[in-house]
Amino acid sequence: MNYIKKLIAIWAAKSAIVVSKLLGKKGSSGPGSIALKIYPHILKDLASKVKKEILIVCGTNGKTTTNNMLYNLLTANGYNVVCNKVGANMLEGITTAFIHSATLWGNLNADYASIEVDEASAVKIFDHLSPSKILITNLFRDQLDRYGEIDITIKLLSKALEKVPEAKLILNGDDPLTARFGYNTGRKCYYFGVDQDLNISLNETKEGRFCTICGAQLQYHYYHYSQLGNYYCSSCNFKRPSLDFKAFDVRLQDGLLFSVSYDDTTVAFNVNYKGFYNIYNILASMSVAVLVGIDIHGMNHVFSQYKPQIGRMETFQLGKPVIFNLSKNPAGFNQAISTVLQDHRTKDIMVVINDNAQDGRDISWIWDVDFERLVDPTITSYMASGIRKEDVAVRFKYAGIDQQNITVEGNIKSAIIDLVSRSGEVCYILVNYTALFHTQNILKSLEKSGNWKGTDTDLN
Amino acid sequence: MSNLKLTIGHLYPDLLNLYGDRGNIITLKKRCEWRGIDIEVKEFHLNDNIDFNSLHIVFLGGGSDREQLLVCNRLKEIKSEINSYVNDNGVVIAICGGYQLLGHYYKLKDETIEGLSVLDIYTEMGDTRLIGNVVIESNCLYPSNDTVKIVGFENHGGRTFINGHQPLGIVKYGYGNNGTDGYEGVIYKNVIGTYLHGPLFPKNPALADFILSKALQRAYPNTFRTLQPLDDSMEIKARDYIVNRFLT
Ligand SMILES: [Zn+2]
Repeated sequence: MNYIKKLIAIWAAKSAIVVSKLLGKKGSSGPGSIALKIYPHILKDLASKVKKEILIVCGTNGKTTTNNMLYNLLTANGYNVVCNKVGANMLEGITTAFIHSATLWGNLNADYASIEVDEASAVKIFDHLSPSKILITNLFRDQLDRYGEIDITIKLLSKALEKVPEAKLILNGDDPLTARFGYNTGRKCYYFGVDQDLNISLNETKEGRFCTICGAQLQYHYYHYSQLGNYYCSSCNFKRPSLDFKAFDVRLQDGLLFSVSYDDTTVAFNVNYKGFYNIYNILASMSVAVLVGIDIHGMNHVFSQYKPQIGRMETFQLGKPVIFNLSKNPAGFNQAISTVLQDHRTKDIMVVINDNAQDGRDISWIWDVDFERLVDPTITSYMASGIRKEDVAVRFKYAGIDQQNITVEGNIKSAIIDLVSRSGEVCYILVNYTALFHTQNILKSLEKSGNWKGTDTDLN
Repeated sequence: MSNLKLTIGHLYPDLLNLYGDRGNIITLKKRCEWRGIDIEVKEFHLNDNIDFNSLHIVFLGGGSDREQLLVCNRLKEIKSEINSYVNDNGVVIAICGGYQLLGHYYKLKDETIEGLSVLDIYTEMGDTRLIGNVVIESNCLYPSNDTVKIVGFENHGGRTFINGHQPLGIVKYGYGNNGTDGYEGVIYKNVIGTYLHGPLFPKNPALADFILSKALQRAYPNTFRTLQPLDDSMEIKARDYIVNRFLT
């Protein structure tokens, strides 16, 4: 009977996957939701068929990138892998990913599952699958009105981890909020981090400035960004753990150059995408891959072939380069600003902020972003767009940007056409979550049609 | 007016820094700078001594429960200094967690955080968080006393009851102090407590200027008259967007 239910669940979900593909939906949770209603054990059943290991990626920023990098490392080594590549990371989306990989008869030919999991959903998800390794990338303030506060996220994750005591943890050692999951737990943990003072710290809100063990203020030998760095507690013995996977010799101009050492091995990496935070994504996915037995020496090739996900410093050509980046929270936005400033060309900037449910209705976090740093001689003008364009404009103004140089335009297509007509050598467009696909589609179609020259009157 | 100077005391920004509180400080600072008023922001950390006589505005932001407890234990030690500052018409802005701390207590599920009793108010934890955009109407912003709409965002588990105090405003959209009596915030002497963040001042320049005026009047009773008006069209557009979106 259960077998019949299972097959019906799979067929129904697979049909739904086909339909949602036809409708052009990305990262759908719908099919999984249908399947779970028909047969609640469907995920548990399919997950138990993974031959080697189930690997989990969670954390606030970088999980989709990290999980996709891990997927690439595994598949490049000839493994079959179940993966929720598009980032549908709650129970239903993960179920969709497993059904997508399953055969019509309910079999699954997978060596590994590499699964991105939403922190708040982890408790529920771990009822369905038993991971052998759990990676936590970092913990930043995100989507406040959904989680309340970062403390709540930490509590939810702790509760989830208690459910899977056998799982090994791979943790960002530079992040005190993440590293604390390995502190005195007796659980096997591995740490990765950047073992070098890069002098790139900013005057920004640091979430984890206080020791989560004893409450005293944390001291830092150096910061990387947000609360990441080499820290120690002033009153108890909590400090950055010794790193198993360390990056050093970091150079940020024109791509990312750095070395990684693990045990007695040191390997140089050289990839052509931007953003210091990507070093963490690379380190994180590499750590998990090394721990499942993949040779670190072949990895640079895989990383340099990696195409950053859409909207991660993605470049379009509209007569000049237009670089497009998604950031969902202050830590991500500040990193994007750092990346913008590392580009020494003259530029025009556009910021698009929406406040739809998936963005977090509360946009007060834009005041925790250091827009003050955008007052820079290489930046010639500023465009505010999105549902909350007026708030963006006010934020620009109070950052010290001359009101004359601020334009407010709600129509994203008009805003982009205006932006590229300006004098800068390059444009940057920084968006939050729900602005991503819409803005990207406009950029794509403008790039294809060449209508960015301003001859197009049909502005939608 | 060129030699006016204000000092803001930002209390415990390491601990009370939720919801873009920094934006309120940035706004007060810029609105002084644009008018040629000297302004200094002093940040105080948990173990610093605070000389309230040197301050014109005291700012208390919001924090998580854990952080709020740390702050509360410290504030109790300087309770009498804060109370005499308030009685001397010192300006205090307290948002969210900071607002709760000004009352008698905040009753959580299994413990009660004792407050400063600066205000005759109390807070009890509710079953759900009250989250969303808020529009209130206030007629207590001197000098105009006209009705002004104030917008913000709220996100609080506590329900605050203000006894006989005057509310900062009447809720037109959202929950306010407790979601039941229609009041939002408190205004008492020169103390403003409110659940509105977003942050509060950038989109409510009239409120920001009200605070600055109060502080300048107290600091310069003989020389200060009124604030030089600024071009607030951008700020007002941002406020009106929220008003129109939720009140139509
Ligand atoms: Zn400690």
